Amino acid sequence: MNGYRYLENVVSLTLDPSACIGCGRCVEVCPHHVFILDDSKAVVADRDLCMECGACSSNCPVDAIAVDAGVGCAIGIFNDWLHARKTSKRGCP
Amino acid sequence: MSYIVPPGLYALGTPGPESPVVVTANYKMTYDTVRRALKGYDAWMLVLETYGINVWCAAGKGSFGTEELVRRVLASELAKVVGHRRLILPILGAPGVAAHQVFRQCGFSVTYATIYADDLPGFLDNGRVATPAMRELRFSLRERLVLIPVEIVLELKTLAWVSAVVFTACALAGGVPFALLGLGAYLGAALGGIVAVPLLLPWLPTRSFAVKGAIVGLLWTLGYVFLTGGYGSPMTTAAACLLLTPVSAYHGLNFTGCTPYTSRSGVKKEMRIGIPVMGISIMMGLLAFALSPFTGF
Repeated sequence: MNGYRYLENVVSLTLDPSACIGCGRCVEVCPHHVFILDDSKAVVADRDLCMECGACSSNCPVDAIAVDAGVGCAIGIFNDWLHARKTSKRGCP
Repeated sequence: MSYIVPPGLYALGTPGPESPVVVTANYKMTYDTVRRALKGYDAWMLVLETYGINVWCAAGKGSFGTEELVRRVLASELAKVVGHRRLILPILGAPGVAAHQVFRQCGFSVTYATIYADDLPGFLDNGRVATPAMRELRFSLRERLVLIPVEIVLELKTLAWVSAVVFTACALAGGVPFALLGLGAYLGAALGGIVAVPLLLPWLPTRSFAVKGAIVGLLWTLGYVFLTGGYGSPMTTAAACLLLTPVSAYHGLNFTGCTPYTSRSGVKKEMRIGIPVMGISIMMGLLAFALSPFTGF
């Protein structure tokens, strides 16, 4: 998306190519074009573009994709840390 | 004024059994955007109960999700209204939904169409195939600009509290003129993070939002010290830099929550490194200020 890139090598996204059936859902749902379909298998083309929204893993019918999904929001994470034991109260509107 | 649309099935134009079913959230602004985009089209609109939250945020929290979608399909008896078994969903709703589960639970297959509602007509006219442009997220200057007032309002309470503390502390240390100087320095640093970081986002160096903020803060501090003169001894200048840079860095880091491309792991990393550094910087700044009368420069 217009050249925006976040930190390198931090993303928790993993893809198990042996489980992939090449349905293309991940390509369809990813807003950052992280995946491409190559020879009927999904391939992570640009891992650092991932924002960990979790759309690919929740829509993968064979659980080939894993990602520690969540919102990349400092206030949200801070509140999670503060209220780690209670039900988290989010700062985002 | 209510910003919530009652969930359920709505008709746009005069839809029939073969008309497309477009799924959306019940935030009034979202609903109106979709309705406006599809003006002149005959379509069904299935509005989910997202408690007045937009698609992206509701998907993140799960209210725009498989369970609610299946419940709404069944409650509206959609299978009796349309002959086909296809649902059109916004791409940014995908994090809350498992398309294969929706199909399993209610027999409707999910197509994720476009990111923006404005592209829906193009999607429908293109044989329900999204072009790469329709799947492209944007974060233009205009889109960043509209977020700035929102950020200022959200931070008002923090700004007011810290302003009061800064003013009081400076007044005790050096009287009212110094307090006003300190207040100006603080507010400038805070607005540097809240306004300048979003505005200059693509052009500020490094990918880290905290560092982007720190750069703005440092430039602001040096500029402010230079322009106000008088207080610019080396020791107090250093103290001002140590105190004000973390303020801008903090507000810069805060902007991560407004962007559509920062990952949770990335923000966590920035916070784990950034927050202790900001804390140490502020403590060193206070120490430098306290020592400055004794050091002679």
